[in-house]
Amino acid sequence: MLKVHLFKKLQGATGVIDFEVKCDFEKGVFWTIFGESGIGKTTLLRMIAGLETPDSGTIEMDGEVWFDSTKGINLTPQKRRVGFVFQNYALFEHMSVLENLLFAQTHKDAKKAEKILHVMGLDVLKNRLPSTLSGGQRQRIALARAIAQEPKVLLLDEPLSALDALTRSRLQDELKKTHDIFKLATLMVSHDRSEVFKLSDQVLWLKEGKIFNQGSPRKVFLSQHSTSKFAFEGEVLDCEKRDSIYVATIGIGNTIVEVVLDESEAINLTVGTSVSVSTKAFAPIVKII
Amino acid sequence: MNEILSPAFWEPFGLTLELALITTIFLYLVGIPLAYYLAFSKIRFKAILEAVIAMPLVLPPSVLGFYFLLMFSQNGFLGAIWKELFGHQLAFHFDGLVVGSIIFSLPFMVHPLLSGFKSVDRFSIEAAHTMGKSQIQTLFRVVLPAMKSSLATGGVISFAHTVGEFGVVLMIGGNINGQTKVASIAIYNEVEALNYTMAHSYSLILFAFSFAILWLVYTKLGNEVKASFHA
Repeated sequence: MLKVHLFKKLQGATGVIDFEVKCDFEKGVFWTIFGESGIGKTTLLRMIAGLETPDSGTIEMDGEVWFDSTKGINLTPQKRRVGFVFQNYALFEHMSVLENLLFAQTHKDAKKAEKILHVMGLDVLKNRLPSTLSGGQRQRIALARAIAQEPKVLLLDEPLSALDALTRSRLQDELKKTHDIFKLATLMVSHDRSEVFKLSDQVLWLKEGKIFNQGSPRKVFLSQHSTSKFAFEGEVLDCEKRDSIYVATIGIGNTIVEVVLDESEAINLTVGTSVSVSTKAFAPIVKII
Repeated sequence: MNEILSPAFWEPFGLTLELALITTIFLYLVGIPLAYYLAFSKIRFKAILEAVIAMPLVLPPSVLGFYFLLMFSQNGFLGAIWKELFGHQLAFHFDGLVVGSIIFSLPFMVHPLLSGFKSVDRFSIEAAHTMGKSQIQTLFRVVLPAMKSSLATGGVISFAHTVGEFGVVLMIGGNINGQTKVASIAIYNEVEALNYTMAHSYSLILFAFSFAILWLVYTKLGNEVKASFHA
């Protein structure tokens, strides 16, 4: 169990944020740290890994103290045994895929490394250099490398954000599968609701540096829209007046829709506004695409 | 023509190459820790250190040479220590040329290495740390291999710059056969003695050698090296 109680003053987009998080992360549970950009999601992972120092608080892993400001304990990243998958994957470009995994191991064990590659279906890539791989493949290698470290906790910093929608969706399934096989305590940073919903057992929703909500994705997200049958998060791309009505163009995921509005609804919408699009009256049609 | 076949003719070239090679090796030993420190530390007086390292770029070689001469002579600070340790002063000795060249060529090694260190992905360094690798292990296994072209640039430029050195060498080395008479000094000597045939022979060989280095740089090494030469 990873127990975290941390304080840090952060320089956010809108000024200084007092970051405070207290949470226990159990083994084998897929946690997602959810929230808008710049509220300390990545900083939380970096503080757990020892790459940044909290102002005060404690970090404890299976009874071992990694950080305690009152006792002056602050283990270096080298001593913490975390597997960190960075947003840019941070692969070692001069090493082959297998060498990347071997370098990550505390005790070099080629058999173990090859087994991890095999389980994740990456055997064929083992002698390739990272520069010859696609974005999706690089991501999977970064994940395999982090697992090869045999970490006590796996930290994923928006691991899929640089990928196209299709690869992203495929890798989400794979990430889930990998988590189920290796059963690590996993903490993933994401700001994509559908991704969070698909992957996580538990969500930690941060707002302005504090815990806003916490629990299963169903509990955390669906409670928001309990009166609507259908609700999507979207962003206003355009809003124009046509004769006596207003037409708002809204981007929802990869889909762009036009919605007819009256003046009272349209008046507050500007380009870039985050909105929820919901409907109650109609029975939706679901078709396989 | 017979003179060209004599060992005495080739001696200055041998000395030049020996000087450039030893200087480059020492520059790697000094330049890598120095550039690493400049790239990653957050000390307050970094700008002063950077300015001192860059001084040879702007000072006339005669100024540097003059101060080196004062420091390297047996009454000078370094010269006295050297005499105590090795039994001879630094000025007018091959060792003096090496020490002078290391200081004189330092920016040509440190600057490419510094930009190399800064170009290495910060996250790959952090990744190595989370894998339990120490700073030194990370330096040799992750950082240096990721900046091979900067290492090559620093080496080639420092080597070429030492080969082409004249002012500092003249001031601190003088003109002692087999000791401090490097190729550039030999040319100066022959011109002073109005021996233009010999001056031509030395110059043409140095010309061809320099061209060969640059040709190698432009065909084999990356754009980074070329950019450093243009700078």
